[in-house]
Amino acid sequence: MTSPADAVTVVGLRKRYGETPAVDGVDLRVGRGEIVAVLGPNGAGKTTTVEILTGFRRRDEGDVRVLGVDPAEGDRAWRARLGVVLQSTNDLAESTVGELVHHFARFYPSARDPEEVIDAVGLREKVRTRARQLSGGQRRRLDVALGVVGRPELVFLDEPTTGFDPQARRSFWDLVAGLRADGTTVLLTTHYLEEAEHLADRVVVVNHGRVVAEGPPHTLGGRSARHALVRWEEEGSVHEERTDAPTALVARLADRLGEVPGLQVLRPTLEDVYLALVGDDERRETDEATR
Amino acid sequence: MSTGSVPRPRRPPVLPGVAALGLARTRYEVRTFFRERDAVIFIFAYPVIMLAIFATVFGSDGSSVDVGSTSIPFAQYFLPGMVATGVMLSSFQNLAISIAVERDEGGLKRLRATPLPAASYFVGKVGQVLTSSLLQVVLLLLVARLLFDVPLPESAGRWATFAWVFVLGTATGSVCGVAFSSLPRSGRSASAVVTPVVLVLQFVSGVFFQFDQLPAWMQHAAALFPLKWMAQGMRSVFLPDEAAALEPTGTWQHGLTAVVLLGWLAGALVLGVRTFRWRRRDDG
Repeated sequence: MTSPADAVTVVGLRKRYGETPAVDGVDLRVGRGEIVAVLGPNGAGKTTTVEILTGFRRRDEGDVRVLGVDPAEGDRAWRARLGVVLQSTNDLAESTVGELVHHFARFYPSARDPEEVIDAVGLREKVRTRARQLSGGQRRRLDVALGVVGRPELVFLDEPTTGFDPQARRSFWDLVAGLRADGTTVLLTTHYLEEAEHLADRVVVVNHGRVVAEGPPHTLGGRSARHALVRWEEEGSVHEERTDAPTALVARLADRLGEVPGLQVLRPTLEDVYLALVGDDERRETDEATR
Repeated sequence: MSTGSVPRPRRPPVLPGVAALGLARTRYEVRTFFRERDAVIFIFAYPVIMLAIFATVFGSDGSSVDVGSTSIPFAQYFLPGMVATGVMLSSFQNLAISIAVERDEGGLKRLRATPLPAASYFVGKVGQVLTSSLLQVVLLLLVARLLFDVPLPESAGRWATFAWVFVLGTATGSVCGVAFSSLPRSGRSASAVVTPVVLVLQFVSGVFFQFDQLPAWMQHAAALFPLKWMAQGMRSVFLPDEAAALEPTGTWQHGLTAVVLLGWLAGALVLGVRTFRWRRRDDG
C-alpha cells in the first residue's frame, strides 16, 4: 500500500498523551490529486493525526511519509510544498486581506499570484478589510488563501467549516472543489457528514484513535450497510424487507399487487452508516453535553 | 482553484533568502505595531507623555536638581530615564506581550507551518523594535529640546555613548522580552504579567525619582536589573559631568554597565532558545 506516488502514507501510527492513546494504530493513504476526508467525533484523534503529518507533533510509533518525507524531519523545502490550514484562530487581526496574502506569498519559491488567489477565494470585495473585521466564513477563506498561495501540492484543512452557516459551508465547498480542479491533493478533517460526502473521493472514519471504516462515501461501511430497505403496504399493514436486489423485489411486488401501495425504497444515508460506526459514542457525548 | 493552469515548475525551487524575508517581516511588523492602538499609546507614546507630565509638574516652579554649583533643570534630569524607559518598553514590554499574544492566538503556529525561517521571524521582530524605538527616541529628544529647552549633547563622544547604550539596551531588552513571552499563560494575561514588572523596574531604577534619593537597599536591588544601568548610561549622555557625583560610586561606571547588559543578554538568549515555543502551552 506504500507507493511513492502517494501524497501521504501512514502505517501503524500511534500517539499517547500520558496514559491516553490519542492515535492508536492508524493506517492512512492519500493518493496524488485525491481529496480524502478524515471523519470522526471530537476527540477521535483527527487533529493529532494532522499535527503529526504537518510536523507539529512527534509520533510515538509508526511510519509516516508526507510527500515522500518524514514530517519529523521536514525542512523549509518540504514546508514550501505543503499548505496547512489549522483550526480557526484570531491572529493577524490588524492586517488587511490583501497585505496578508501578498506577505505570505513571499515565503514560497513559486507562489501563486496573490491577486488571483484573492479572487479565487472570493475576497475581492474585502481586500482592504482588516482580518479582525471579517466574518467567520470570510476569515476561513482568508486562512485557505494563506494556505494555498504558495502553490502547495498537498493541503491540510483541519475542520475548515466548523461554526459555518449552511450557505457559507456550501460556498466553502466550492472553494475546495476548485483546489481539486487544480490537481491539489487535499486531506481534510471534519465532523460534518455532508461535508465529507460532498467533497471527498474517499472518507476515512476514525474513532478512539483508530480507523473504523474507509472508502468512497457511497460504499462506506461495506456492502451490508448499503442494503436497500423496501417498504410497502399490504393487507392494511406496513411491510419492510432488506435486500441487495431491490429492483427484483419491487418487480415481484408489482406482479403480485399491481400498483404497490406506499412503496418506498430506502438506502442508508452516510449519516446512518456513520452513526452505526461511531454512533454509540456520539450519543453518549450528546447525553453528557445535555446533562 | 482556478488560478491559471501554470504547470508546476520542474526546476528545484529556490527558497527566498533569510535576509530578504527578514526585511519583509520587518515591514510587516512595523505596520502591525503602529496599527495597535494599545502599543502606540503604552509603548510608543508613553515615555513622551511621562516626560511632558514630569517636566511640567516638577519644572513649572523652576526647581532643579543641584550638584555642587551645577543646577540641572528637572526636564533635563528626567530625560535620560525616559529614554531608558522608552528603550525598555519598545523592546522588552513590546516583545514580551506581542509574542505571548501571537502564540496564544495561533499566529506563531501558522507561521511555523510555512517555509518562513525562524531567523527571519526574529529579524522582523528586531527590525520592528529598532524602527519604533529609534522613532521614539527622536520624538522624545525633539519634545525635550523644543518644548522644555533641554540642551542636547554636542560632543561626538557622548553620542557614541548614547549609541552603544541604546543598541545594547535594545538588544538586551528584546532578547529578555522574547524569553519572558513564554511566561504569561495566555495572551489576555500577557499585559497583566508584563506591565507590573516594567512598572516596578521603572520605580526602583530611578526613572521617576532621583536615583540617589532612593533607599540604599532599593538601589542595590535595582542594580541587579538592566534598566538601572541603561538609565545611568543615558544620564552620562544627557547630564553634565558633575552629575556623576550623584551616582552611587560617583562615576558613570560604563564598564560595569556594559557587563551587566551583556550578562542579561547572554542569559536571556540561552533561556529564550531553550524555552521558545511556537505553540500554546496547552497545545502539547
